[in-house]
Amino acid sequence: MRIALFITCVNDTLFPDTGRAVVRLLERLGHEVVFPTDQTCCGQMHYNTGYRRPAARLAVRFARTFENADAVVVPSASCAAMIRDNYPRLSRSGSRLARRMDSLAPRVYDLTEFLVDVLEVTDVGAYYPHKVVYHPTCHGLRFLGLGDRPYRLLRAVRGLELLELPEATECCGFGGTFSVKNGDVSSAMGFDKARHVVETGAEVLCAVDNSCLMHIGGTLSRQRSGLRTAHIAEILASTEKEYART
Amino acid sequence: MTNGSRERVLARVRAALADVPADEPVERRPSERPYAESHDAGPTLDVLVERLVDYNALVRRVAPDRVADEVAAALERCGARRILVPAGLPEEWLSRTSVERVVDSPEDPRDVAELDSADGVVTACTVAVAETGTIVLDGGPDQGRRALSLVPDHHLCVVRADQVVDSVPQAVRRLDPLRPLTWVSGPSATVDIEMIRVAGVHGPRTLEVVLLDPDA
Amino acid sequence: MSATFLGMPPFPEAAKRAVEDSRTRHNLHKATHTIRAKRTRVVDELGDDWQRLRAEGERIKTHTLRHLDHYLERLEESVQRAGGTVHWASDAAEANAIITRLIRRTGETEVVKVKSMATQEIELNNALEAAGITAYETDLAELIVQLGEDLPSHILVPAIHLGRAQIREIFLQRMGEWGRPAPPDLTDDPHALAEASRVHLRELFLRSKVAVSGANFAVADSGTLLVLESEGNGRMCLTLPETLISVVGIEKIVPTWSDLEVFMQLLPRSSTGERMNPYTSTWTGVTPGDGPQDFHLVLLDNGRTDVLADTVGRQALRCIRCSACLNICPVYERVGGHAYGSVYPGPIGAILTPQLQGMASKVDEALPYASSLCGACYEVCPVAIDIPEVLVHLREKVAESKGHVSEKALMAGAEAVFGSATALDAVQRAAGLARGVVPRHLPGPAGKWTDTRDLPDVPARSFRQWWNEREDGR
Repeated sequence: MRIALFITCVNDTLFPDTGRAVVRLLERLGHEVVFPTDQTCCGQMHYNTGYRRPAARLAVRFARTFENADAVVVPSASCAAMIRDNYPRLSRSGSRLARRMDSLAPRVYDLTEFLVDVLEVTDVGAYYPHKVVYHPTCHGLRFLGLGDRPYRLLRAVRGLELLELPEATECCGFGGTFSVKNGDVSSAMGFDKARHVVETGAEVLCAVDNSCLMHIGGTLSRQRSGLRTAHIAEILASTEKEYART
Repeated sequence: MTNGSRERVLARVRAALADVPADEPVERRPSERPYAESHDAGPTLDVLVERLVDYNALVRRVAPDRVADEVAAALERCGARRILVPAGLPEEWLSRTSVERVVDSPEDPRDVAELDSADGVVTACTVAVAETGTIVLDGGPDQGRRALSLVPDHHLCVVRADQVVDSVPQAVRRLDPLRPLTWVSGPSATVDIEMIRVAGVHGPRTLEVVLLDPDA
Repeated sequence: MSATFLGMPPFPEAAKRAVEDSRTRHNLHKATHTIRAKRTRVVDELGDDWQRLRAEGERIKTHTLRHLDHYLERLEESVQRAGGTVHWASDAAEANAIITRLIRRTGETEVVKVKSMATQEIELNNALEAAGITAYETDLAELIVQLGEDLPSHILVPAIHLGRAQIREIFLQRMGEWGRPAPPDLTDDPHALAEASRVHLRELFLRSKVAVSGANFAVADSGTLLVLESEGNGRMCLTLPETLISVVGIEKIVPTWSDLEVFMQLLPRSSTGERMNPYTSTWTGVTPGDGPQDFHLVLLDNGRTDVLADTVGRQALRCIRCSACLNICPVYERVGGHAYGSVYPGPIGAILTPQLQGMASKVDEALPYASSLCGACYEVCPVAIDIPEVLVHLREKVAESKGHVSEKALMAGAEAVFGSATALDAVQRAAGLARGVVPRHLPGPAGKWTDTRDLPDVPARSFRQWWNEREDGR
């Protein structure tokens, strides 16, 4: 299958390793990955902060860029949710954007959805000999309804010990511009999340969204916890061969 | 002022609803009720007893011919000397007790001081809901005015098996909204201190249910 | 009149203080986690039916709101037929004037009150005090707040921010001012505190001639009003006085008696996490020989029709005041109700208050941003109010209003970068070159990030640079 990658602006700029991992993983599974270079940003920050018109213009850009894709894979649950849940709200019914999105939205997937539902694979042949804890991000959990998909993928990874995160379903406090507009509350939430993560004794915290990981990871790093963060794609892309090489 | 306000509020409501199509039906069809009739929690009377107990009510489950003995024993246990009785309470329920009775009816009501000085009250109910451990009083002659089951500290309620339904929807269908209803689920309680349920505030601090079960 | 507390700073500032108040945070954490667990247990008990009930609750409320004029007139007719009197109040001042007039007519100078959000919203107690009438709150938590001259911080449990030791102090110091004082050996055992409130209020209940209540629901076809409660103070107020005045927001209507099949399952389980609350009273007009013989219903608009006129924001009027959204909200858990500066705190308050009274003040304008948009409130809402959707909708109104110049410039700048892949690539290359010289603490608004969190390392190459180089190499 020919898969169009929507990398997202945050991953593109700050977390290119995640994008490379997605490409490596999907190619390893025997699929062709394309990267439409016109892509930029889904508009989530504008939309969530109340800037509807810029968000709508970015939505049009996304729809135009990915119109002809068989499947669009997004390694970010919040961006995937933005496209699926909020683009319809940005378009007047019957408009060109609405028509485009009606046909495109069902072909937009978070990475873990795409692996489990479309490729029907949970064991991706990964190897990752670490204690890992998974934080189910709000958009993955409540907006996309990812359910146990990420857990099934992680449990199939050889060498990986999956630990249970207390109060896992609670928001980490990132919330986009919330993290600066209400920095004190955001930090308080981040501290609690970081504390729960550290308590598990994990070496690595993973999630389906690098923006949440940037927030929790930034807190963990400031606290010199020694714990590191990794997008789930990086864990799923990792193999024994690569481990032998490093 | 009030009249002008009525028209003003209604006009504002109508203006706010300009987007609602004029031909959208105002009535909903009652057949469109997709939720469960009940939740299969178990045999009705067993569930009622379990859930009453769960909410700190005292429960006795006895054969109907034992009602007078159970009522007498319950009043004995709580040391009641003077009890309130709605005028229409079946006489036989009190046939084995010698405690003093103060009879109340809407036509001949006791004043609030008299209600307050009674040790308890004995009433029937109109419906009981198993799933929620609820008894419902509708002010009928065997239940009396609402104040009767409120002011005394001990409420003894006799429930017949045919009054027990499984669920809230079944109860709502049996009840007459034009009567004043009191739904009681356990003794009075509060969660206002640290969200911890504490029994016993302004309403009766003891709720005792005598459940008449023909199969007991 | 306003639903916002006077003198409150906007949310971020109030929240900063609240977050630093470790005792309040401890109280809130304990209480919200207790109630969450209880709710989950009784909701799960209903299995799949919960979502069906929730959908039906949403449908009933949405339908009622879309035909509210019809149901208001029907309710009025039903209440009058049953011997009640109906009054209409378009704002708080009118409502307070009507209630004051009705109480004066009885010749009484004190009234007992059942907990009611509507009367808090219109600041009835202050209006009555100005008219020489004393209003006594009888709900335990309301009593604690009133005695402590505090502000409510939760819809269901207005004293949720206080722990048992603080409540004991308030009772010891203030109960003696009226009614029976607290016993000098009062402990902080919740049973003892509840007992003290029983004794304190008892005589007042037995002598009061006038009561003021709200209502959880008003049934249009029968004219029935309902109050769900726990302590029995509601029953005392609704049963023993001669005159009852009920203040009810126009959105509280359900069309038919049988609609309660749904709401009597949804509300108790969502609210106190019980299968059923200890007491529910229903009354229809006046019942000869039983209860108040003089009954008045005051129907309150006070901004509700403004909410109704907004086709996105309208859904907030479905709210049945259960407070499940407060209890689950991670922001509320950390800052408490006072930080919202409003009678309606938490997620529902953040969408209700700015709609009821507009967003002219800094306090109201900050409310739609008092959320990380995590969606937990929507998930637990028993009438499926999409609170995040309304929050974003209200943020749009704020962003469209005057001011906020620097944020608008930032957003425009971001759009310019995202408006062209070439521009984005240029910015990424510049960032890559500047890596290593990014300071650990940033100035300006970004400092809110670096105060507590490290920034991620900026990579040498963006993903698209890597991709393009890889494509070129093929």
